Amino acid sequence: MSLGESASALGKVRGLGSAGHGGEHWLTERVTSIALLLLGTWLVASLVMLPSLDAGTVVEWLRHPSGAVPMALLVVTSFKHALDGMKVVVDDYVHDEGNRFATNTALLFLAVGGGALALFALGKIAFGASA
Amino acid sequence: MAETNTRPLSPHLTIWRWGPGMTVSILHRITGGALSVAGLAVLTWWLVALADGPEAYANFVGLAQHPVGLVVLVGLTWAFFQHLFSGVRHLVMDSGAGFELNTNKRYAVLTIIASVLLTAALWAYLLGVLK
Repeated sequence: MSLGESASALGKVRGLGSAGHGGEHWLTERVTSIALLLLGTWLVASLVMLPSLDAGTVVEWLRHPSGAVPMALLVVTSFKHALDGMKVVVDDYVHDEGNRFATNTALLFLAVGGGALALFALGKIAFGASA
Repeated sequence: MAETNTRPLSPHLTIWRWGPGMTVSILHRITGGALSVAGLAVLTWWLVALADGPEAYANFVGLAQHPVGLVVLVGLTWAFFQHLFSGVRHLVMDSGAGFELNTNKRYAVLTIIASVLLTAALWAYLLGVLK
């Protein structure tokens, strides 16, 4: 696509960047990073404050909404943030358009699959009949 | 895209004196990659082991307490804190602040000091409790 002299300054910039688009992606990466600042701090603080890290204690913690809900948010947000971050790296280093599409698609499948597996495991723990 | 090939290249890695800002910048990318791949793998593995029952969890804990497992976990902890602090630094810089040379350098160095100190403190505590 060629942009003639008639294009505005914004029109010339919009749609550029190594991926061909990116404003929303850039902002999403920042918003998930703020969420992960909270959720990551929560995870470290929780692991430190648990009386023990044996299976019974951790399962009991994750069966309670105060453990299960932030953990579910952490899983979803961290996989999304990881995917967004890895896409930036791929867009920077994989120059061929076909390879870039293939790599980004593989990463998308891995992130969605990994996140689904982690959520299933968490659900099994949280809704499990016994520890 | 032929015209881009004739454009002069900006001097890049070859001429700049290496500084804390550059170190933290590339560490942010490396730790982000490590957390995306190894960090999320460990998080998912931990949840799956927990969901599978006490035997699978004992197996996970055994691997985690093996010297190699400990090195991986301590490394991921440092990567987490480094990425967290350099991420906060990026959010500050996204707002347009912190670009003065000395300020930029000071905060870059501080992210490394903070990540190393917190990793050491957390693992000193964890190893003390788990012992």
